[in-house]
Amino acid sequence: MTFKRPDGRKLDEIRPITAKIGVVPNADGSAMFSFGKTVAIAAVYGPRMLHPQHMQDPKTAILRVNYDLLSFSVSDRKKPGPSRRSQEISKVTEWALSPVLDLKDFPNTVVDVQIYILQANASTRVAGINAASMALAQAGIPMKDLVCAVSVGKMDKDLVVDVNDEEEHFEDGEGATDIALTRMANSDKFTLLQLDGKIQPEIMPKALALADKAFAKVYEVQKKALKEVEAE
Amino acid sequence: MSSMSLSSLTYNTLLKMLSAGKRFDGRKLLEQRDFTVEYDVSYKAEGSARVKLGKTEVVVGVKLGVGEPYPDSMDSGNLSVSGDLLPLASPRFESGPPKYPSLELTRLVERAIRESGVIDLKKLVIKEGEKVWSVMIDIYPINDDGALIDAASIAAMAALMRAHIPELDENGRIDYDKKSTKKLPLMEGTIPLSITLYKLGDSLIVDPTREEEEACDGKIVWGISHYKGKEHMIHSCQKGMEAPLSSDELTSMMKNLPKLYDDTLKKLKKFLK
Repeated sequence: MTFKRPDGRKLDEIRPITAKIGVVPNADGSAMFSFGKTVAIAAVYGPRMLHPQHMQDPKTAILRVNYDLLSFSVSDRKKPGPSRRSQEISKVTEWALSPVLDLKDFPNTVVDVQIYILQANASTRVAGINAASMALAQAGIPMKDLVCAVSVGKMDKDLVVDVNDEEEHFEDGEGATDIALTRMANSDKFTLLQLDGKIQPEIMPKALALADKAFAKVYEVQKKALKEVEAE
Repeated sequence: MSSMSLSSLTYNTLLKMLSAGKRFDGRKLLEQRDFTVEYDVSYKAEGSARVKLGKTEVVVGVKLGVGEPYPDSMDSGNLSVSGDLLPLASPRFESGPPKYPSLELTRLVERAIRESGVIDLKKLVIKEGEKVWSVMIDIYPINDDGALIDAASIAAMAALMRAHIPELDENGRIDYDKKSTKKLPLMEGTIPLSITLYKLGDSLIVDPTREEEEACDGKIVWGISHYKGKEHMIHSCQKGMEAPLSSDELTSMMKNLPKLYDDTLKKLKKFLK
């Protein structure tokens, strides 16, 4: 029997997406991105002087990402401040974004990306990366492509795209597997891959293929939001 | 490039050799170094093991404590994996607050073990909703010559399989002097291990030496088991470093991964009794 999604979506259907540019007026670039009830905002500051000095690279700007949940974005209040989980996500997000950036023209500086989750309903890191990718574009950082991010889940034996909260806690059969994926919008280059759960190696290529259509949809929404700003 | 200490001469030579399918130490690209497992690093630990993988050496100890269950898992014992990249083990490691590499090491070993369900945490309840066993796995590298996460995962599983649950006295406190033979509740036939694939240029290798690891610009850490002795199952995965991976590269990894796991497991089984 095929897995029935709690919110009635088709297996390959993502939740409604909204995206908006310029949500933090102080920042050099900023954006909001949401998958259904998951809401992320990202702000970019820089390139700006990097302190401490010993971290500076005379050949390039460095990218520094901070991801976290706001304390009231989850059911059990999250203690403010970095956790092991948020530090890990911050680091892999740097690697997810840096392959599309060209920071060689800004030696000794830093590009700071701040990502916060206002409301969490699973797939928060991928929502955050979509927001960050748009915020970097608005900040005018030289980029060769946008980065698109989605989650793919495996519920017992069925693959689904864009996992929500209820699905994340699915326990029947082989349980829930949650895969976070990011890819460059216009080339077959995965820049982030994280996974927790139980999935057979031969199923993995199918999970990657399922994400393709969702990446395209995310990319359309990102482009549209960026164009709306240009028009203003 | 990730390294400041690696000369560009070494880097370029490595790049050329790997693309010709060769390595400095004569191994094939997807060939792991031999390793040994020793037990009882400390008799004070409930279980402990030392793994020597080439010149890489890691010790892992399992301690059990009596604790309270977490609010989101009142019917389960606790599992935590921590550790530190001791400055003892390499001139590259510095003292001070833990940085990303030690976080990566402990988180990835923890996720492979937790997600595989190899420890039946539900059987580690002492008093429902009040008192449970906390399984604390601590990882310390003694000498780093590459592939620390993979070596640590072998040592962690070896230590877990040797670990026992201590006896409690009449006040519910642990009596360390009483000999216990009670084993941890582990799932039969499931041994999650970490297999990391590294990327340099277009080549993929396993089990790099420190020098090779320094040269690499991409890696992906897989936590995999032969689940319940029946089929290969991936439990965790995390891409590290900048180099992106194509779907072809990922698909070919999926073909190689089960065999790589089986090779490591076969070596480990020599040391399991």
